[in-house]
Amino acid sequence: MEEQNNMEDLKKIALHDVHKSLGAKMVPFAGYLMPLRYSSDIEEHITVREGVGVFDVSHMGEFFLRGPKALDLIQRVVSNDASKLYDGKALYAYLPNETGGVVDDLLVYRISQEEYMLVVNAANIEKDWQWISRHNTEGVAMENASDRISLFAVQGPKAAEALQKLTDIDLSAMSYYTFQQGTLAGVENVIISATGYTGAGGFELYVDNQQARSVWEAIFEAGASFDIKPIGLGARDTLRLEMGYCLYGNDIDDTTSPLEAGLGWVTKFTKPFVNAAQLAAQKKAGPAQKLVGLLMEDKGIPRAGYEVLNAEEQLIGRITSGSQSPVLNKGIGLGYVQTAYSQPDTEVYVGVRNRRLKARIVKVPFVK
Amino acid sequence: MNTPADLKYTKDHEWVRLEGNEAYVGITDFAQGELGDIVYVEIETVGEEIQQGEVFGTVEAVKTVSDLFMPVAGEILELNPALESAPELVNEDPYGKGWMIKIRVNNPSDLEALLEAEAYQELTGE
Repeated sequence: MEEQNNMEDLKKIALHDVHKSLGAKMVPFAGYLMPLRYSSDIEEHITVREGVGVFDVSHMGEFFLRGPKALDLIQRVVSNDASKLYDGKALYAYLPNETGGVVDDLLVYRISQEEYMLVVNAANIEKDWQWISRHNTEGVAMENASDRISLFAVQGPKAAEALQKLTDIDLSAMSYYTFQQGTLAGVENVIISATGYTGAGGFELYVDNQQARSVWEAIFEAGASFDIKPIGLGARDTLRLEMGYCLYGNDIDDTTSPLEAGLGWVTKFTKPFVNAAQLAAQKKAGPAQKLVGLLMEDKGIPRAGYEVLNAEEQLIGRITSGSQSPVLNKGIGLGYVQTAYSQPDTEVYVGVRNRRLKARIVKVPFVK
Repeated sequence: MNTPADLKYTKDHEWVRLEGNEAYVGITDFAQGELGDIVYVEIETVGEEIQQGEVFGTVEAVKTVSDLFMPVAGEILELNPALESAPELVNEDPYGKGWMIKIRVNNPSDLEALLEAEAYQELTGE
């Protein structure tokens, strides 16, 4: 009974019934019922690496921040330097907390000088909203648009060619982390963003829920000649893991250091922000441990929570994400290890049940 | 979902096919569908005597790992050699080429306590 009650509490995305009719296995994820897979994780993964696939990631949250002080607020709460943005440019960043951890990671889009869109993880929508509101001391107009926007990630080497049939915007000319607002599939004001979480290239489309179905159907019509397929969250996880991208809740959370997680490249001490002083001191001292990629040499799959050991069987770290890589056909994982063991090519061991399996520290991405 | 009427089932989603006092054991169509693509079947208990409900191995899918439970007490005689190079047989043909172990059953009457196909289908709600 308890499980049934929980199921009823779960939110449904706009195209829930479409995914059911496509044969998706729907599972609870971050408070939403989401498509885990339609056919096979591996097939869906390869579809994105080699052709084009579409994820419905409408569970993601979208906040709009508007007004003359919007940039000031963003600069105070995010780690990266949003003053470098121009209209139509996005960046990756995180929200540091005051205790050395991470509230969330996110994308910041500059729509105009006084209008920004923040895209946050579904599980953190409420927490982020409270956090940013708390820092909003100068009257920035904030809108939580998460429940009215659908988000489709059209990913893969054929994505641009497939989507080009639906819009006059020259997609091939758009560089990574830029976006345009325009007409796609006859629907106005779609945000077309050259971003993604797969490393396969492609676009993310922000669409009003009212038009979500017609845009979804148009994408599949346009992609039919490229054998376009719907892709579930299962393949989304293996695709991001092959690229070494962090997943909030696995690899980073309220207690993990962003510097240890390798997010130094989006931490800009050139401006004041929440907890900057502590992070700057940590940077100076050097991290005690680092998030690294681990490639299994023995047959086996590292999973979140597994121990990482040295040759003397001492505990030197822990896996935070792991899976079988569909491209490499080997176990891959991310995990924190003591800095002394974090150099590429270091031989380590992963405790898999009652066994100790050999692995090697590697530079991410695992798949080029 | 496929649930052959001539097999016995456990609540842990294994199936058993009795042949004399030996039996073949695998996981159900429902189980393979829940797990997704299976990439390793790890069974290191050949030759061992294992009690009902104890773990005889593990199955690794892309997304998850799951223990395999002995449906009835017995000795593990062999594991399906085809699964070493083709673990996807468990997805493609869970009741046939994707069988996992052959066992000698201590008491064939133990199978009477397992689920019939109909009861198993009810359990999985399909």
